[in-house]
Amino acid sequence: MNPTDSPKEYGEYVKKKAPNSPILKDCFNAFWVGGLVCCIGQLIFFFCKYKGLDETSCSTVVSISLIALAIFLSAINVFNRIGKFAGAGTIVPITGFANSIVSPAMEYKSEGYVMGVGAKMFTVAGPVLVYGISASVIVGLLACLFL
Amino acid sequence: MDYFQSIDWMIMLRCFIVGGIICVIGQILIDKTKLTSARILVLFVTVGAVLGGLGIYKYLIDFAGCGATVPLTGFGANLAKGAIEGVQEQGLLGAFIGGLKACSGGIAAAIFFGYIASLVAKPKIKKQ
Repeated sequence: MNPTDSPKEYGEYVKKKAPNSPILKDCFNAFWVGGLVCCIGQLIFFFCKYKGLDETSCSTVVSISLIALAIFLSAINVFNRIGKFAGAGTIVPITGFANSIVSPAMEYKSEGYVMGVGAKMFTVAGPVLVYGISASVIVGLLACLFL
Repeated sequence: MDYFQSIDWMIMLRCFIVGGIICVIGQILIDKTKLTSARILVLFVTVGAVLGGLGIYKYLIDFAGCGATVPLTGFGANLAKGAIEGVQEQGLLGAFIGGLKACSGGIAAAIFFGYIASLVAKPKIKKQ
């Protein structure tokens, strides 16, 4: 494989041929960053457990802490840089959900606080909630029938 | 430090590997298909809810801890788990209450902190 000069040319070359090496690199970055995010969560989990919280509360604290962290990093524009490097490593964990809420909210601030921030917040999070909640209701209804 | 002694490093390792693998699945989907990240998130939540509803996902959580709960599949599984627990406690009503109840902390935190952050932070795109 011949590496070409500009990243754009390289990207086109990659699309044409079977993209082996970038996928491997992307996957490697996604793997260790994603794993690290989960491990940060696990450390918070152990800390809550050490403090005597029950497991359900621990998980909730983990979610809230990681969401707060991701939103803070998004607000100071650091998250996007990590995201560019790590790809799915930051999108797939709950941090990606948090980022998907805050980045359109920041972007559309100029359109006002109701239809700008308030509405655009849910450009990505909305579908996630729609499908997640609908699936959970279906699961609940099935559980009603079969349990 | 008592806290550091309370850490189970075996779970840490499994958490890293499982969490990493779930992210790699997402990365492969992004690279190999034309799915946008929004669709990936929706897909992962739905898959998580299905696996949670079938009762498969809890084995992964037992095995990997936060490696399974932190990715969005864990969010979906938590919704499904909440719905099932809701049904066990309150019957049909629980199917509608349980899911959101289980995830309410995360959702409320994301909306609240997200709103505050958007008020405080400067937008990265210039106005007008």
